[in-house]
Amino acid sequence: MSLLELRKLNKHFGGLHVTNAVDLTLEAGEIHCLIGPNGAGKSTLFRLILGEHHPGSGDILFAGENITSLASFARIHRGLSVKFQVPGVFKGLSVRQNLEIALQIRHRGAELEAEIDRLLDFLGLQSEQAQTAGNLSHGQKQWLEIGMAISLKPRLLLLDEPTAGMSPEETHLTGEMVQRLNADGMTVLAIEHDMAFVRQVAQRVTVLHLGQVFAQGSIDEIVADERVAAIYLGQAHA
Amino acid sequence: MNGFLALFRRLEGPQTVGRGPVFWSLFAAVLAVALAYPLFSDGYTVGNTVYFFVWVFIALSLCLIWGYGGSLSFGQTAFFGIAGYGYGVLTLNFGAAYGFTLLALVAAVAIAALFAVLLGYFMFFGRIAGVFLGIVTLAVTLMLERFMAQTAGPEWHIGSARLNGFNGMSAMPPLTIPWPGQPIVLFADVGLYYFVLALLILVYLGLRILMNSSFGNVIVAIRENPERAEMLGYDIRKYQLITFVIGAALAGLSGVLYTAWGQYITPSSMGMTAASLPLIWVAVGGRSDLTSTVVGTLVVLAAFQALTIYGSQYALVFMGVLLVLTVLIAPNGLVLGAMNWLGRLATRFKQRAR
Repeated sequence: MSLLELRKLNKHFGGLHVTNAVDLTLEAGEIHCLIGPNGAGKSTLFRLILGEHHPGSGDILFAGENITSLASFARIHRGLSVKFQVPGVFKGLSVRQNLEIALQIRHRGAELEAEIDRLLDFLGLQSEQAQTAGNLSHGQKQWLEIGMAISLKPRLLLLDEPTAGMSPEETHLTGEMVQRLNADGMTVLAIEHDMAFVRQVAQRVTVLHLGQVFAQGSIDEIVADERVAAIYLGQAHA
Repeated sequence: MNGFLALFRRLEGPQTVGRGPVFWSLFAAVLAVALAYPLFSDGYTVGNTVYFFVWVFIALSLCLIWGYGGSLSFGQTAFFGIAGYGYGVLTLNFGAAYGFTLLALVAAVAIAALFAVLLGYFMFFGRIAGVFLGIVTLAVTLMLERFMAQTAGPEWHIGSARLNGFNGMSAMPPLTIPWPGQPIVLFADVGLYYFVLALLILVYLGLRILMNSSFGNVIVAIRENPERAEMLGYDIRKYQLITFVIGAALAGLSGVLYTAWGQYITPSSMGMTAASLPLIWVAVGGRSDLTSTVVGTLVVLAAFQALTIYGSQYALVFMGVLLVLTVLIAPNGLVLGAMNWLGRLATRFKQRAR
């Protein structure tokens, strides 16, 4: 069953065609990676899926329902969740309070406190719980935001460069975290530049280039594709 | 019963400075002094203190919307004026019998809140934010001031209440509590003092509970990062609107109490100077905390009045200097800075004692 379906999605910014007739189908339960050179339109595609941008034409279907005209928060209620490219934590609040704000939607009282502790454990941030989130390292902020995103128990988790600024070890740990979530039934769509991460987790890869789907397949097929190598080296226009 | 106890637990939390036995003993001590104070003072001074208390509500409204919510409203005086004039119109028409002044208080605050629902709806659902929110709210209060200023002619009246243009409305009855035999008239001395003090404590504690609740969590989350808050599934426009309306009601409460205190209100209470002063009290005190807002407002108001005696021009210049100094030295507020410093000192002292 497909969980997310993008049909002929278009988005212009003035004369710039950032999303050009994109068709993309995500199967429930898969880990799907979205790659492509800078300016390929990956983050714009996320913003369209989340309702922060509205498409010029085309449809977005989530679990069979057309959500193209829904407000962002309503899409979150349907089972979407996101970690932004620049870590979007509540900088002035404590780590614990950050998680509380995400978890209080589904839990109350003592149960809420227990859930926060469980999530702090999962993220390895117990000793930082009283810290102000703005003082965390970049990698820890990334994890904290992933923690907030998964606390909604989403059906589809969107990750925009989850390992940016992480060491190879941290990247690998993040990959394991994503795989554990996926094993629990969460579908994942991730934008990522780190090929080690893509190789570690991706079951299917879509290459976006100049706002269009350029190639799609397993990571081995994509790596073997000479045209993909060419666009990364900037030879596609030549 | 359990729910009631849970409310009490919310008196302390991450959104409010001050917790534990030391803070609450201090609170009780200040309260005791405030309760005993009229016994040691004369009627005029007590009435003057009521005047200070009256302004704390509009300061708290700004603390809520700006300090906690992150939206700078420059026009809280609009709600102050609407409720003040509302109280005047209602009581001048219907009098003070049968406790009607208390009903007029509630009704006038409700009118201000209703106006805030309308204005807030267009602003927040139109996604107006940041500096533009300040510009729109300022424009609204200045527009109301201009409008009321030109209502001098006899054709401007609501029922038997003349609006009176720049001279303002006067001679409305003070707040009156119906009592068997003799109704209690709250003139601007001891009677009104205890009434306003009680309201102040209720509002202060109520806001502490509100801000430390899950609702308060969402409000500060919106201040910190509105996009992230929305992407956790919160309809932030609704939360902003509710905060704005609560703030408007508090500003309206200030307006009613001010009108009942002095038995008059003029359009200049919605003018530029009036609109700026609450911003200065709240910024100097520390906008992101209720306690520092209350303390800061009372201290700055008292200093302002002391200076006014030597000439009001200097007092206003002093307010400007104070704001600049705050922005340069303690951007989070002088009182809040001092409170946090004391808190750190206490923690260090405790650690050393161990």
